[in-house]
Amino acid sequence: MEMAITIITGFMILGAVYAIHAKDLLSAVIACGIVGYGLVICFLLLKAPDLAIVQIVVETITLIIMVAVVLNSSREEAYAGLDPQGFVHAAASLIILVVLFYVFYMAIHSLDGFGNGSLRMAKAYIEGAAEKTGSANLVTGVVFDFRGYDTLGEATVLITAVLGVIAILRLRGKK
Amino acid sequence: MKGMTVIVKKTTQILAGMIFLYGTYVVIHGHLTPGGGFAGGVIMAGAFILITLAYGSDFLNLKSKEAGSTATENISILMVILLSVVGLFLGTKIFFLNFLPKGTVGELISAGTLPLYNIFVGIEVTSSIFIIFLALVIYKEEELT
Repeated sequence: MEMAITIITGFMILGAVYAIHAKDLLSAVIACGIVGYGLVICFLLLKAPDLAIVQIVVETITLIIMVAVVLNSSREEAYAGLDPQGFVHAAASLIILVVLFYVFYMAIHSLDGFGNGSLRMAKAYIEGAAEKTGSANLVTGVVFDFRGYDTLGEATVLITAVLGVIAILRLRGKK
Repeated sequence: MKGMTVIVKKTTQILAGMIFLYGTYVVIHGHLTPGGGFAGGVIMAGAFILITLAYGSDFLNLKSKEAGSTATENISILMVILLSVVGLFLGTKIFFLNFLPKGTVGELISAGTLPLYNIFVGIEVTSSIFIIFLALVIYKEEELT
């Protein structure tokens, strides 16, 4: 299973790199879809169907909206010419990459094996959730009972996003 | 935005109801099977978006749809907050208290208030995603006229 996830992650990185460098914006949007649907397969392999359902539907709707945006505007990517500061940015990101790789390599020895071991909090959730909340689905029990504050915040973020979209896109009120 | 061909319209007539039904199934069985309010809400919004794309904005009176779904969204988020506040006024004063009887694990009517939260969050997610899509459609046409 680790082999399959490694291969899919490699495909996702290739898709993301192609999406940056594509000349045609429509193919860049489709290449972004590789990242999203690869993530769906990763979630299914890691036995997280809740996340997989949300991810596959959100990815599809986002793809529809992005394709509509590209078809209504230009398909050509605007080329701004060579940036003189680009080499500084590239060097800085390379240095950060090396530092992060070194830190993660040092830290990975103290972690548990892949798929084994769980935190103290997670063990309490897994053992007592069905009796405490009465919910057969552990995720719903955690999301709406143990972590109710988080879910309330999530729903509030969604309604704030809608308010922002209506306030920005509305044209009649601006005149 | 103009509608699509007759083939697309007919297929939409058959499929949109089934997609909506699947979304309601995912929401109502959220405490038993994978899924829940967020996943099922996005699926139900997908059914509405499919109808809007296939039939275009001339056939449907989209302006009234936007006002209706804004009201639905506000009422459902208000219901979520009310449900969580009710626990503060009952016995042990706990926010997000599961005050209804739990029932047996695994049946459809069980787990106290969790199915109610799922249903209201599902309605809220449906209407918010549909409003975002409608805002992209309606306000562009206002600009043209």
